[in-house]
Amino acid sequence: MDLRQETGGGLWEALRDAGAAALVTAGLSFPILALRTVENLDNKLELEQRWPLMFGAAMLVFFGRLAARVPGAGVAARWIVFVCAAFAAIYLVIDAWGMDADFPAPELVALAVALAAMVGLWLTAPFAATSALARKQQGARAFLGARSRHMEFAGVFALFAFPLLALWLLGPQGSLKWINNYGVQILIYVMLGWGLNIVVGLAGLLDLGYVAFYAVGAYTYALLSTVFGLSFWICLPLAGLFAAFWGVLLGIPVLRLRGDYLAIVTLGFGEIIRVVLINWTDLTNGYAGISSIPRITFFGIPFIDDDETGFAARFGLEFSPIHRTIFLFYLILCLALLTNAATLRLRRLPIGRAWEALREDEIACRSLGVDTVSTKLTAFALGAMFAGFAGAFFAVRQNFVSPESFTFGESATILAIVVLGGMGSQLGVAAAAVALIGGMEILRELDILKQVFGESFDPAQYRMLVFGLAMVVMMIWKPRGVVSSRAPSIYLRSRAAISGEHVGEGRG
Amino acid sequence: MSATLLALRGVETCYGNIIALRGVDIDVNEGEIVALIGANGAGKSTLMMTISGDPRARRGSITFAGRDITKTPTHEIARLGIAQSPEGRRIFARMSVLENLQMGAAVCGSGHFVEDVERMFAIFPRLKERAQQRGGTLSGGEQQMLAIARALMSRPRLLMLDEPSLGLAPLIVKLIFDVIADLNKTQGLTVFLVEQNAHHALRLAHRAYVLVNGAVAMQGAGRELLERPEIRAAYLEGGQ
Repeated sequence: MDLRQETGGGLWEALRDAGAAALVTAGLSFPILALRTVENLDNKLELEQRWPLMFGAAMLVFFGRLAARVPGAGVAARWIVFVCAAFAAIYLVIDAWGMDADFPAPELVALAVALAAMVGLWLTAPFAATSALARKQQGARAFLGARSRHMEFAGVFALFAFPLLALWLLGPQGSLKWINNYGVQILIYVMLGWGLNIVVGLAGLLDLGYVAFYAVGAYTYALLSTVFGLSFWICLPLAGLFAAFWGVLLGIPVLRLRGDYLAIVTLGFGEIIRVVLINWTDLTNGYAGISSIPRITFFGIPFIDDDETGFAARFGLEFSPIHRTIFLFYLILCLALLTNAATLRLRRLPIGRAWEALREDEIACRSLGVDTVSTKLTAFALGAMFAGFAGAFFAVRQNFVSPESFTFGESATILAIVVLGGMGSQLGVAAAAVALIGGMEILRELDILKQVFGESFDPAQYRMLVFGLAMVVMMIWKPRGVVSSRAPSIYLRSRAAISGEHVGEGRG
Repeated sequence: MSATLLALRGVETCYGNIIALRGVDIDVNEGEIVALIGANGAGKSTLMMTISGDPRARRGSITFAGRDITKTPTHEIARLGIAQSPEGRRIFARMSVLENLQMGAAVCGSGHFVEDVERMFAIFPRLKERAQQRGGTLSGGEQQMLAIARALMSRPRLLMLDEPSLGLAPLIVKLIFDVIADLNKTQGLTVFLVEQNAHHALRLAHRAYVLVNGAVAMQGAGRELLERPEIRAAYLEGGQ
C-alpha cells in the first residue's frame, strides 16, 4: 500500500486541507465543547466557557489530518506524528483547564476526542490520501490493506494504553482486577494460542500436549531462579530454549505420524511431563510444587515498598502493588506481540510457506523437494519455544508452580482457542482468547446466577459446559473458526509490482 | 537419441505382501517424451511414486543422470531435478495460485522466481487470471495446469506427469497435451507421462511402455504401439 505515490499535491495543499478540517471541527465543537451550562449555587444556569477544549480538539484534527495527508511519510511515521500531536493537545487542554472540581475528568473528554479522531483518521486516511483516479486503479484490496494497517496500529496503541487508562479511571484498587484478571490472564492465552497456532494452524500438526512445553518453561524459571538464583531476564531465553529442545525431542519420534496418531502421542507426551513433574520429587518437589520463586523486577529494580531501592521510590511514585501488575502486563504484551511478529514474518518466508503447504498436502510437499522432517521439527520447536517463554512468565507472575497448572484441560483450552479462532488466523486466535478466557472471568463474577440457582451455585463450574456449547454453535455456523479467511503471503498487482515486491521485501 | 536420463532396472515394489511392480525395466532418454500406459491397478502410479522414493523399491535400481537414487530421500530426489505432478494434482487448496507456484520453486531458491512466474503465465494464461485465487477454487483443468506449472517452477530436467488428463474435458486435455509437446519441442524438456488415456498419450509420446500387472508387457514407439491390434483392443476401442 504505497500511499506515497497517490498523495496528490505537496505540503502546502496538505496544510490547507488540515486547516480547513480544523476550522470545521472548531465550528462543530463550539456549541458542544466550548460552551456549557452549569447550575450555580442558586440553582441558576450559568454559561461556562471552555475554550481550551475546543482548541485542543481543533488542534487534534489539524495534526491528524496533516499526518494523514503529508506527502512522503510511511504509515508508522504518520501514526507517530499523530499520537505525539494527540498527547500535546491533551496536555494543552489539561494544563489550560487545570483540575476543575466541577468537571471531574477533562482528560477523559480529551481522550475521547482523541480516540474519535483516530477512528476517523483510520476510516478516512486511505480515502484522503488517494485521489479518485488512483483509487480506481488500486482497487478495493489496496484500500482494505491500508485500513487494516491503520487498525493494527490503533489496536496496539489501545493495548498499550489499556492499563494506564484503567488505572486512571478506576484507581489502583479498582483497576487491579481489570489489568490482572482480564489483561494479563487473557494475554497469556493469546500468546499460547499464537504459539500453538504455528504448530496446529500453520503446520497442521494436531498437538494435544502443548501444555507440556508451557510446563517446561515454567519449571525452567522456577528451578533456575530458586536453585541458582538466576534472574528472570537470563531465564526467559533459557526457558524458550529448553522448551524448544523438548519440542524437537518430541518431534523426532512422531514425525512419521499424522492426524489422529500424532494427536494421541502428543497427548501422551503432555501427560508424561506432568507425571514426571509429580513424581520426580527431588527436583520438582512433586505435588507441593515450587514456591517463593523470585518476583519480577523492573530490570533489576524490585517492586517493593522501600524508600531507598524500591521501584516506586526510585521513580518518585507512591508505592502500590499495581506497579508490578502493570509491568507484568507490558511484559506479556511484548512477549505476545513478539510471537505474533515472528509468526507473521515466518509466514512470508519459505519455511512458513512450507508449513502451510505441509498442512495442505504432505505428499505434494515431498515431491516438490520440501524436507518434511526438518519442516515439522522447526514448527514443533518454534511453537514449543513460545510456550516456554509463556511458561517462564507464568512462573514469575504466580511465583509458585505446581503440576496442577499443567493438566490436559489447559492443552484443551489452548487448542479450543486456536480452533475457535480459525486455524492459522492471528486475529481470530486473539479474539477467541478474549472470548473464552474473558468469558470465563465474567462467568466467575456473575453473582446474578446465584440468585437464580441458589447460593451453592458456582458459575465457574459450568464453564466447560459453556465452552462445549460455544464449540457446537461455532461448528454449525462457522466451521472454520471466527476468522476463516486467509491472507495470501504474496500478491500480484501488475507485472512491475510483482518484481518490486519480491526484490524489495525478499518474499520470493 | 541422446543419453539415458532415467533408468529403472528390475524395480520391484511391494505394499506389504502385495507385489505391485515385478521387475520393471524402463529407460527415459534426454529430450524424449516417454509414456506409460496400462489399465487400472497395473502399477502405473506406484511406478511413478517409486521413482520419487515413496514407496521405495524393494529390489532393483533407479538411476537418474548417472546417479543411483534408489535410496535417496524423496525431497532430495526432487532437488536433483525430477519434478512431479502427482496423481489427483494435489495442489495446495487453501493457498493462492502464486503461493502454489512459490512452493514449486522451493528447491531452486528465489533467484529467478519472477521470471519463472512470467514464463508459467505465458504458458497458461488462465493461471494469470486466477493468480490471486485459492488453489481449491480453481476448476479441474486449471488445477491441472497449476500442478504442471508448479512442477515446472523448479526448472526440472525430468518432468513426471501422473494422469494429467484425469477427469478433464477433451478440449482441456488437448490444451494440456499441446503444452507438453511444445515444452518438449522448444525447450527440450524430458517428460515421463503416466496415462490411462492411451490414445492421446501414444500420439504424443516418442516411446511408450505398456504395464500389465506390474510388469512391462510391451514397448515401442508411440505411433507404432497405436497401430497394434492388441493395444487397440485393450486400451483404445473401449475407451474411445
